[in-house]
Amino acid sequence: MQTRKKILRTALALAIGGVLTTPAQVWTMDADDAPESVTIDSLATLYVPVEFDHALHVEITSCEQCHHHTTGGEVTDKNCARCHTTSGEADVVSCGECHESDRFHEKYLKTLEAPELYHIDKPGLKGAYHLNCVGCHQETGGPTGCQDCHTMTEAGEKLFDTHIKHSPAKGHSATGH
Amino acid sequence: MKKTVSRRNFLKGGLAGTAAVAVLKNKESQAAHDFEGYPEGMGVLVDLTRCVGCRSCEAACNKEQGLPEPAKPFTDYSVFDEIHHGQKRRTDETAYTVVNQYDVPELDHPLFRKIQCNHCQEPACLTSCFVNAYTKTPEGAVIYNSKVCVGCRTCMIACPFYIPTFKYSSAFNPRIMKCIFCYDTRLKDGKPPACVEACPQEALTFGKRTDLIDMGRQRIRNTPGKYVDHIYGEKEVGGTAWMYLSSVSFDKVGFDTHVPKEPILNSVKDFLAMVPMVLTIWPGLFVGFHLLATRKENIKKQEQENDEKEEQA
Repeated sequence: MQTRKKILRTALALAIGGVLTTPAQVWTMDADDAPESVTIDSLATLYVPVEFDHALHVEITSCEQCHHHTTGGEVTDKNCARCHTTSGEADVVSCGECHESDRFHEKYLKTLEAPELYHIDKPGLKGAYHLNCVGCHQETGGPTGCQDCHTMTEAGEKLFDTHIKHSPAKGHSATGH
Repeated sequence: MKKTVSRRNFLKGGLAGTAAVAVLKNKESQAAHDFEGYPEGMGVLVDLTRCVGCRSCEAACNKEQGLPEPAKPFTDYSVFDEIHHGQKRRTDETAYTVVNQYDVPELDHPLFRKIQCNHCQEPACLTSCFVNAYTKTPEGAVIYNSKVCVGCRTCMIACPFYIPTFKYSSAFNPRIMKCIFCYDTRLKDGKPPACVEACPQEALTFGKRTDLIDMGRQRIRNTPGKYVDHIYGEKEVGGTAWMYLSSVSFDKVGFDTHVPKEPILNSVKDFLAMVPMVLTIWPGLFVGFHLLATRKENIKKQEQENDEKEEQA
């Protein structure tokens, strides 16, 4: 009886110790494990899906530039660092896991009213994609026109009334003329 | 010890209770003068730093509201250079919302600003309308009923943002054209307006107005230097459901920064309260004064006439 208790106690101590020391050895995802390319198609209606060249972007920038603190790398954003310096790697790193695709649905808006919630202003999935991509492309001179990344579908052409030929539609640059 | 209530104490208590109710009621009626909008009212926070001028909101609005086909496709960005009567584009009977471009000297890129009805907490259009064609719904929308509208267009003059427009093509069947927050088709079912759903950049954020103010504050606080420390529409004209964040002072991107911080109603209600008094009490009152003032004269005249008659007889 006595020995059994002792064993249990030791096991418990070890388990607690293990939990406490884990944050010190933060897991970091390896960029090589990332997919070569990602097809972003979950929202595609007015535009065709985007074939995102992940490998190219891994060369250009660091993981946390897009994935925030979820890949276990060093947290650089001051606002994230308030809480997430020791969060480690997240179970899932795809955008849609955290960014709601139906951002303005009544049910989701209700969850934002929780008084303890800090992330009251997390962009929806569409917003997250565009804010992240366009924001960086504006700064680095990447493509910023709508159809530079995804060409319009028939549904899109209908919505934007592209059949009207008033003046030739110029290639739009998000940064203006 | 047995507790008993004497008749006298019972009456005293009753009297105090009645007095308290009277005081509370009085407070309630006072609060009605400081209406702060429906607590569950929805709104949209427009972030100018996010808008890229893609005009998706304009296209979505056009289709949702069944508005006529535009002169230029929504992919044509030459509209940003258009000047009508010395002004940038405005809302009209064919467009409930338009996006305009502003070149700000201190920035190396232009800013874009979407305009539409701001859905005031205490709308001037509603106040000015004498047939009550306008309604502010608990969901936050300012909607319009063309069935009762007589086409006087006072609302167009009353609006501090120059939003309602008149459908001149149907002058005999008067109709004001303005954004209704997609009330019929979306908002009343808890859905965001079409423009918000179409925005790729989430430059338009839909939510409870009170939550949007918290959100705006958080954006300003978390990204120092990115925004001017002001949410346009939080206080302007007594508060609007649609509010704006900007990286430059609001007057540089076409906003009227001189609008009062209280509802337009407050500037006219003293006058408006006088109108019924002037129209109903004054005529009777002054006729009475006149009759009183001239009574003696009339009596004298009558007497003189009577005297003359007697003399003749």
